[in-house]
Amino acid sequence: MSVLAYLIPIALLMGGGGLATFFWAMRDGQFEDLDGAANRILIDDDDDDDRQERDE
Amino acid sequence: MNAAVAIEPALGERMLDTRLTVPGIKCAGCIGKIERGLSAFEGVEAARVNFSAKRVAVHHVPSVTRGALVGELRRLGFDAQPVEANPLAQDDAEGRALLRALAVAGFGMMNIMLLSVSVWSGAGGATRELFHWLSALIALPVIAYAGRPFFASAAMALRHRRTNMDVPISIGVLLATGLSLYETLSGGQHAYFDSAVMLLFFLLAGRALDATMRNRTRAGIGALLGRMGREAGVVQADGSIVRVAADQLAPGMLMVVAAGEALAADGVLEDGRGSIDNSMLTGESNPERIGRGDLVHAGAINLLDPIRVRISATGSDTAIAEIARLMDEAGQSRSRYVRIADRAARLYAPAVHSLAALAFVGWTIAGAGWHQSLVIAIAVLIITCPCAMGLAVPAAQVVASGALIRKGLLVKDGSALERLAEVDTVIFDKTGTLTLGELRADIANLDPRERAVALGLAQESRHPLSVGLARSLAAHGVVPARIDDVAEAGGVGITGHCEGLPVALERPSETDRANGETPSVSLRIGDRSRLIAFADRLRPDAKVTVAAFATLGLEASVLSGDGPAAVARASAQLGIAGKGGVDPAGKLAALEALKRAGRNPLMVGDGLNDGPALAAAHASIAPGTASDASQQAADAVFVGENLMPVALAVRVARATMRIVRQNFGFAIGYNTLAIPLALAGLVTPLIAAVAMSASSLVVVGNSLRLARAARKPIV
Repeated sequence: MSVLAYLIPIALLMGGGGLATFFWAMRDGQFEDLDGAANRILIDDDDDDDRQERDE
Repeated sequence: MNAAVAIEPALGERMLDTRLTVPGIKCAGCIGKIERGLSAFEGVEAARVNFSAKRVAVHHVPSVTRGALVGELRRLGFDAQPVEANPLAQDDAEGRALLRALAVAGFGMMNIMLLSVSVWSGAGGATRELFHWLSALIALPVIAYAGRPFFASAAMALRHRRTNMDVPISIGVLLATGLSLYETLSGGQHAYFDSAVMLLFFLLAGRALDATMRNRTRAGIGALLGRMGREAGVVQADGSIVRVAADQLAPGMLMVVAAGEALAADGVLEDGRGSIDNSMLTGESNPERIGRGDLVHAGAINLLDPIRVRISATGSDTAIAEIARLMDEAGQSRSRYVRIADRAARLYAPAVHSLAALAFVGWTIAGAGWHQSLVIAIAVLIITCPCAMGLAVPAAQVVASGALIRKGLLVKDGSALERLAEVDTVIFDKTGTLTLGELRADIANLDPRERAVALGLAQESRHPLSVGLARSLAAHGVVPARIDDVAEAGGVGITGHCEGLPVALERPSETDRANGETPSVSLRIGDRSRLIAFADRLRPDAKVTVAAFATLGLEASVLSGDGPAAVARASAQLGIAGKGGVDPAGKLAALEALKRAGRNPLMVGDGLNDGPALAAAHASIAPGTASDASQQAADAVFVGENLMPVALAVRVARATMRIVRQNFGFAIGYNTLAIPLALAGLVTPLIAAVAMSASSLVVVGNSLRLARAARKPIV
């Protein structure tokens, strides 16, 4: 049973770490524009973007 | 927004942030185009598009004006309007607080569950006590943090001697926590920490979903008055011209309005002739010709030559401010609409309270101790789980609005879907709603050289016909010809020379004007001239959409500020009734009359002149090209060239209400099963936890059926 003395704090720490990460991501504004993030993967980084027709 | 790469500004230079709303952002291509285009603009450090909000945040040096940014965006092919502040900040803060509370509740729930499962599967004695203590240790701060939204709202309701859904929730959570703490201290069998935290988690999930649908604050008046000119050139006694801010203007002053400038006050034209774009006020798409003594309104745009206007009304006395007032008053009636969840809560809260009280009293009379009676009463409060109730509406509405967003329609809040489901009449504005709202030139009969010359000339003018012609030509990839010594004469046209030949884009002669209804221009090269006709065409699927509304059982008609003849033509094409020449107050009156007759009208319109009608209608939808104020007043905004999303919205709204009613039915059915168990004293923490998650999952699962609601065509 003494193993619990290690496991429970570890579980709580890991959960707390996840929570802290979520708070950080939220403050960082990562949930501001979810649709934009989904679309940004389609943007080409080279400068000849005229192939992208405006009206798809 | 805040993830934009910030470049270090030059030393000692203060940077400004400007937000613009750009309704035309549709795809990844737009994001790239805008961000790259603006970043390349002199003086702009960074531009970041927020695709969900259709906004752009620009970080720039103070010397770059808003007008320059709007112009640059227009050059990139996007219409933009500066936004004063961020009107969504307040909502964002609330939504964020809910999400944080949800995250904390989720963390607490999982960890307490870990300990509870061990207890349920037979941990006894010292281990059980340790686990209860650990649960308490996690639960108390979590409940204190995550329960705040409910406690605050319940306290508010009680202060006003009302009750709402949050009162039984708060009482249930607090009682369950208190009791569990007592059990832990006295080494008892059962602790309900997990139930209390789980209850909060599910309810917060419902609230967070609801917050994503929350109505954006109405910046109606501000957005409206923002369309007025901010300043005007005023002629002083000595003949000099001084720029005066709009709020410093007074009746009797003489203001000079340059070409392309918006009027800052209402007034009478003193001299000269001119042409103004009054589409913002009247919805009339053709430029209006004005002569000496004519009344002109703030917000109209002077198109050709500078004009002198003797001010008759300023600030809050202008026609545009009157519209803002009408909108605000019309919007009042809508805020009185009671949402279905609140209607359910009114019945639900007292019922649950009296049941729990009855259980306590009943068991005490039957001879159980106060402790056992209290345990049973709390079990009743917990098991009647408002979770399913709390999730019934938001889950369905969020799934439905997601389905509509994929079809290009953005619903602003949940009550909009509820009201859309009830509409039985639909009224369309014509310009910009049934039609695309821009004059498209018919350039099929021009040869390449004529096209090049036409574009070269059209680029030089701000007249709407020139702008429309330039747009049509540019869309065909025409390269403009070089035009020398260009001159523009008001009411006549633009002249110039191309390769030595005199060329002109001018008003057609009387004989050439086909029927006077559709505007046209004449392109003259040397001594040959060609007529170019313009039309503001109906949206490609306008007819199908009207048929779809008929299928849905809605009566459609047109109500527009445009000329009666043009409206009659458009409505005849669609086979519905139409009425033209209606002013904003007239539109409002027509809608009020419909409402008095017991109808629930849906208004679809874009102009400022539709603002009051949009605010007064039972539900309203505006196209993405509409002015900011109209988008604020509307319940939903659709983007793109198709009108069909409007009809889809009505069908999806009806499907949503069906699902919501099913969810309520399920929640009530579940309660009729669970309450007898609780009253009989059979509910242990394990049963409460299982019942709670199961009921919430069923409601969410049922709501997910709406994901495909917008797929099937109506007709």
